[in-house]
Amino acid sequence: MKFPRLKFAVPVAAGLALTFGMVDSADAQKKGGVLNFVVGSKIPSYDGHVETTFGMVHPIAPFYSLLIRVNPDNPSSPTDFVCDICEGPVPKGTDGGTKYTFKIRKGVKFHDGTPLTAQDVAATFNKIIFPPKGVASARKAFFKMVESVTAPDDQTVIFKLKFPSGSFIPALATPFNFIYAKKDLDEKGYNWHKQNINGSGPFTFVQHQPGSFVEGKKFANYHHKGQPHLDGFKAISAPKMALRLQAIRGDRAAIEFRGFPPKARDDLKKALGDKITVQESDWNCVLMFTPNQKKKPFDDARVRKALTLAVDRWGGSKYLSRIAIVKTVGGVAFPGHPLAATKEELVELDGYGPDIEKNRAEARRLLKEAGQENLKFTLNNRGVDQPYKVVGTWLIDQWKKVGLDVEQQVNPSPVFYDILRKKKDFDVSIDFNCQSVINPIADVTKFLGSAGNNYGEYDDPELEKIYDKLLKAETEPEQRKLMREYEKRALSDQAHMGITLWWYKINPHRSYVKGWKIAPSHYLNQQLDNIWLDK
Amino acid sequence: MVTTSEARVEARFEELSNKRPFWEVAHEFVRKQPLGSAGLAIVALMIFAAVFAPILTPYDPELNSFEHMLTPPNLEFLLGTDQFGRDLLSRIIYGARTALFVGFTAAFIGSTLGLVLGVASAFFGGKFDLIFQRIMDILMSFPLIILALAVVAIFGTGIQNVIIAITIPFIPRCARVVRSSALAIREIPYIDAARANGFSNARIIMRHMVPNVMAPYLIMITAFVGQAILLEASLSYLGLGVQEPIPAWGLMLQGGAEEYAESAPWVAIWPGVAISLAVFGFNLFGDAVRDTLDPKLRSQ
Repeated sequence: MKFPRLKFAVPVAAGLALTFGMVDSADAQKKGGVLNFVVGSKIPSYDGHVETTFGMVHPIAPFYSLLIRVNPDNPSSPTDFVCDICEGPVPKGTDGGTKYTFKIRKGVKFHDGTPLTAQDVAATFNKIIFPPKGVASARKAFFKMVESVTAPDDQTVIFKLKFPSGSFIPALATPFNFIYAKKDLDEKGYNWHKQNINGSGPFTFVQHQPGSFVEGKKFANYHHKGQPHLDGFKAISAPKMALRLQAIRGDRAAIEFRGFPPKARDDLKKALGDKITVQESDWNCVLMFTPNQKKKPFDDARVRKALTLAVDRWGGSKYLSRIAIVKTVGGVAFPGHPLAATKEELVELDGYGPDIEKNRAEARRLLKEAGQENLKFTLNNRGVDQPYKVVGTWLIDQWKKVGLDVEQQVNPSPVFYDILRKKKDFDVSIDFNCQSVINPIADVTKFLGSAGNNYGEYDDPELEKIYDKLLKAETEPEQRKLMREYEKRALSDQAHMGITLWWYKINPHRSYVKGWKIAPSHYLNQQLDNIWLDK
Repeated sequence: MVTTSEARVEARFEELSNKRPFWEVAHEFVRKQPLGSAGLAIVALMIFAAVFAPILTPYDPELNSFEHMLTPPNLEFLLGTDQFGRDLLSRIIYGARTALFVGFTAAFIGSTLGLVLGVASAFFGGKFDLIFQRIMDILMSFPLIILALAVVAIFGTGIQNVIIAITIPFIPRCARVVRSSALAIREIPYIDAARANGFSNARIIMRHMVPNVMAPYLIMITAFVGQAILLEASLSYLGLGVQEPIPAWGLMLQGGAEEYAESAPWVAIWPGVAISLAVFGFNLFGDAVRDTLDPKLRSQ
């Protein structure tokens, strides 16, 4: 069993990471100061095991530790994982890749003073992987391969797998897997963490003024010696992008961890010059459109194919990337990953061919054949400018070019989700697949009709069969081959969903913020323990 | 020998023959109401642009043309282009259609419903009037935009819902004004005469009262059109009105103002100018209509 090897890195991100790494190591890391950053979304609850939003991760992750995490000094790598509360390097699987044994650091403490032991880790992962009935666990499906989690002693945690899987370690490093104290779970219940915080992370909770800010202060007994460098942080709530931008411009905040569109980056750079540093990276988020196959004529593969054939992805990448946080043309897997399609492989898929006029002629032919030349439908979209509304407007223009008449219905997030998950009465909807740790084998479950976050209302046993083989494939070439089969079936042959463009992360921040390195996900590397202020 | 009836016909003929030509009336209107005339000119221009938009616009207002994105005003694109490379002049012209459609529809429906309800309230009086006016009080206690936002939150976005959202707050405002005029009319003897003749309530309201409160009704309509345009723009700016890619001024402002106000100010300036001019024009024209139809208000 092998993980996809670390043999790539996004050139820009890697270059920047190296540059910043060198600068940081050259400078003496200064202690003290409070990091102010802005967050563009609300905190639904403090419980990382339940929530899926950066609105929770950005202000709350600094209070918690993880078992393993992406290397904070190399977060752009999809395979560079390091221990957080475990000791030594991340263990390799034994027993044919079906057993992972972690040794827990001694002397780790929760903020209430309780020692952190292997029992806490086992209790945490049992809650995540095998939640009792009625207890939500957003990432339970990531751990389909896990048979049991046990702690034979206070320093040892053992994960037993049903079968070897390349997606196990990345799933373990998911930044939402906060380690909770067993006694809190046992005594206060599984819902206690929704409104309370007792972690072992670099910062302790001071206060949360809802709608205003979350404040944390340095945890003196943090287990990574010499860290955190900061005295504290303040996560300021700022739902409007203009407000977040102005906060950085006026130095009321030093950074925003999610990402700004290119124009905002240019404006900040123009206004502040060297006082602003920009880090950029491909983003493990992809924006898609999903036709509702329970509704006619979207049950017809020809119509779905026409929708994807009409979209000029290569042109969109060139121009749309100037105004939106999207850029890279890709298939189902994170672009650049060893399991992702190369450009030569992509152009073989419907809608990825370089000759857009030829693609659109084929789209018109298919629509005519299906008797849908004058198809009129509504695109359900989310009321968030970047990148949803921008890409939605672009998509409508693309479809108009093959004679489709599309109206856009933009809804606030709760209504948008309600339509996708409960009402299910949309024609075609904007959809997305945003993940944290790059783990294509787990990430591509989105395309399965059986997946909890799939809204296409279809059942494709053939695709499920390919995925089962992919999940159990042991070698990278085998995984790669199956991934191509899976991709062709999902995007081309059946066109269950249409990928638009992968997101592109742009983080302009005050140059005095040091130590933080951009990751390919806005969920990653948010514990803030390695950040320091060069003031 | 001239009979009485012949004398009447002659007098009528004389009266008609003395009627001044249209241009003379128009000239006097311009002389007496210079600001109102300017408002009328703006409104007329807007209507002209909306009606002849397909002829006047140089480009398809919804067509993305990324190679021309954020082009400053020049000879090819007189008002420049937006972030999707769409011609702003074409979008402004087509935006007049959205503004006028929403403005006139909401103002007309809101005022008409207000007219009927206001007259009915005055005519029936008693408990009906008391309860109805309290309902109107409740509705009027909300600022226009708040009530419109609440309606959009209930019904959702889209052009029809925006019209409903704008129409509802107009109803009590018109009903209240019309009721005060209708109360005076109710006391005039011909209403008693109509009752004595056994006419139905509906007939008395529609044929004898409504025509006599047309002046405040028309004044309200003209005042409401400007407000409706502003409300539509506000809702669209907040992302709750009409949706992309439909050309609408508030939506254009929303798409451009936040991100491009500094680097491409024309994206935000032109729709802002269009909204201001339209509201200004309708308000000036509305004032002039009010002064012409109801000189008492002018003196007040």
